[in-house]
Amino acid sequence: MTAAVEFQNVSRHFGQVRAVDGVNLTIAPGEFFAMLGPSGSGKTTCLRLIAGFEQPTGGHIEIFGETAEGVPPYRRNVNTVFQDYALFPHLNILDNVAYGLMVKGVDKATRYREAEAALELVKLPGYGARRPGQLSGGQRQRVALARALVNKPRVLLLDEPLGALDLKLREQMQEELKSLQRALGITFVFVTHDQGEALSMADRVAVFNNGNIVQEGTPEEIYKQPKVRFVADFVGSSNVLAPDVMKRLGGEARWASLRPEAIRLKPTGEGVPAKVLQASFLGASNRLLVEAGGAKLHVMLPADQAVPAIGSDIALGWGLADAHYMDDAA
Amino acid sequence: MTSAATTSILPRRGGFFGALSDAFWRRPKLLLFLMLTPPLLWLGIIYIGSLLALLLQSFFSVDEFSGLINYEFTLATYAELLRPANFDIILRTVIMAAAVTLFSAAIGFPIAYYAARYAKGKWKAIFYLGIMLPLWSSYLVKIYAWKLILAKEGILTWIFAKLHLLWLLDGILALPVIGGNSLSISYIGTFLVFVYIWLPYMILPTQAALERVPGNLLEASSDLGATPRQTFRTVLLPLALPGIIAGSIFTFSLTLGDYIIPQIIGSSRLFIGQAVYSQQGTAGNVPLAAAFSVVPIVIMAIYLWIAKRQGAFDAL
Repeated sequence: MTAAVEFQNVSRHFGQVRAVDGVNLTIAPGEFFAMLGPSGSGKTTCLRLIAGFEQPTGGHIEIFGETAEGVPPYRRNVNTVFQDYALFPHLNILDNVAYGLMVKGVDKATRYREAEAALELVKLPGYGARRPGQLSGGQRQRVALARALVNKPRVLLLDEPLGALDLKLREQMQEELKSLQRALGITFVFVTHDQGEALSMADRVAVFNNGNIVQEGTPEEIYKQPKVRFVADFVGSSNVLAPDVMKRLGGEARWASLRPEAIRLKPTGEGVPAKVLQASFLGASNRLLVEAGGAKLHVMLPADQAVPAIGSDIALGWGLADAHYMDDAA
Repeated sequence: MTSAATTSILPRRGGFFGALSDAFWRRPKLLLFLMLTPPLLWLGIIYIGSLLALLLQSFFSVDEFSGLINYEFTLATYAELLRPANFDIILRTVIMAAAVTLFSAAIGFPIAYYAARYAKGKWKAIFYLGIMLPLWSSYLVKIYAWKLILAKEGILTWIFAKLHLLWLLDGILALPVIGGNSLSISYIGTFLVFVYIWLPYMILPTQAALERVPGNLLEASSDLGATPRQTFRTVLLPLALPGIIAGSIFTFSLTLGDYIIPQIIGSSRLFIGQAVYSQQGTAGNVPLAAAFSVVPIVIMAIYLWIAKRQGAFDAL
């Protein structure tokens, strides 16, 4: 099967800066693919390479089997939802959504009918006559989505589309995007620096650092089996423990990741001795910050379990398989 | 810890200015009123007032026999504007102003676009300097310099001769109406100097408008399938239009009112500014001069009305 997007050793250098440096990537058709990483890690440049706003300085890009380098954005059947939406301020919502059809020469009646349908798809029917300035951030986000989807792209690119929304709206949009993607069957490529967003929405996640992919896999693999320290650090709230700490805690002298929910309290005298430094109430659970083996660890306790007093000495334990060892590479 | 931290309300600053600061803080509108009154008085009485006084004159007439002003309401002076000799002056000026404006917009846009999109740091400073520098030197010196450049024995003729292109220059000068004996005494010469003098006033507002167009709108347009040409027509131009209109108000109205450039460079046929100058001065016909000066105001009003109807200011 042809890949929706394929990068073969793709680089994009800006002078001395290696924004993207030898990336290999395969995105399957119909997949919800997330590119996760801190700012400056090259994920947005990769998205712009797919959209055609950037041209690679090396390597080869294919979109559904067709060579993409040297092809301008307006000749790619790929559309983008921009981070700050980039709606045209001088056009009303309907004309904004119909823009892609307009420049392709679709007649007025057809393009307005399809734009109206696209607005309905994003649950904004009847908003066509308004101006972008009259809508809230969440509504503008939906318009940007409709404006891209009306063109029936083969790949939809989303550049931190939920970054500007408040938490509640963001969670709602995450669910809507997910079900929209399932209903339409379009390949979604999603750039985010929010690990929670990437893990909850994507079928597959690529974690970027320093212009390259450090790990690629399902959200569960990324979360439970980080290959390198950087992934464990960046994804999730795992305890990342140095080799000397692991040795003191009774494990192998290698870097390891230990998830807070895998650590349990044990009767004093058994397990690893620790001291409680802080306790935070999180609703469904309590989080302890403890000191053990000369390092600070997070421990997640179920809400029904009694919280030990701050400053008290406790004992911790975890299963052998819960300590996940990994390479030191950043 | 300093002693100031021991009280939660600090004492009032001493003296008259301390009291004044508190008063202005309590009544912000008072400050606004005090700041706006002097300029508004200036604008209202001295500026608009004298303009209205001038316009009032246009409804009077001059007694042809005695040369005295007859202070009775009449539209006869306006009727005089329609006499072929006067109407030609208006037509000539408006066509020149329109040509200068269109040409300034056409050559100003790429420069403004470069400055807004690509010029950074040092190059931006060089851009501003390059645009502003001509404005620092005397207007008259520049015009006389242009007279030398455009004269028959001037540097332009010399360059054309060196390039063996004299036939081209002669061909241009042989054109009916806009040609002439040399560039310095033709409409082409007047046109070139007008464009030179007013071009900065077109570039600066256009550049300011283009600077406010976010780059990702152009990317979005391209992303949605628009060719660069379509992006220019449907996104860039509509968003830059308020700036171009602002620039064209300058170039158009400044050309409509100028009386020095056509006097020094060009054929001796009059422009509106020259007509106002001679009617007001030597001819002593203040009402006709006033009527002439109403013409640019009316033309600008019509121009802005059409621009608004066409949606030129929708992006504001």
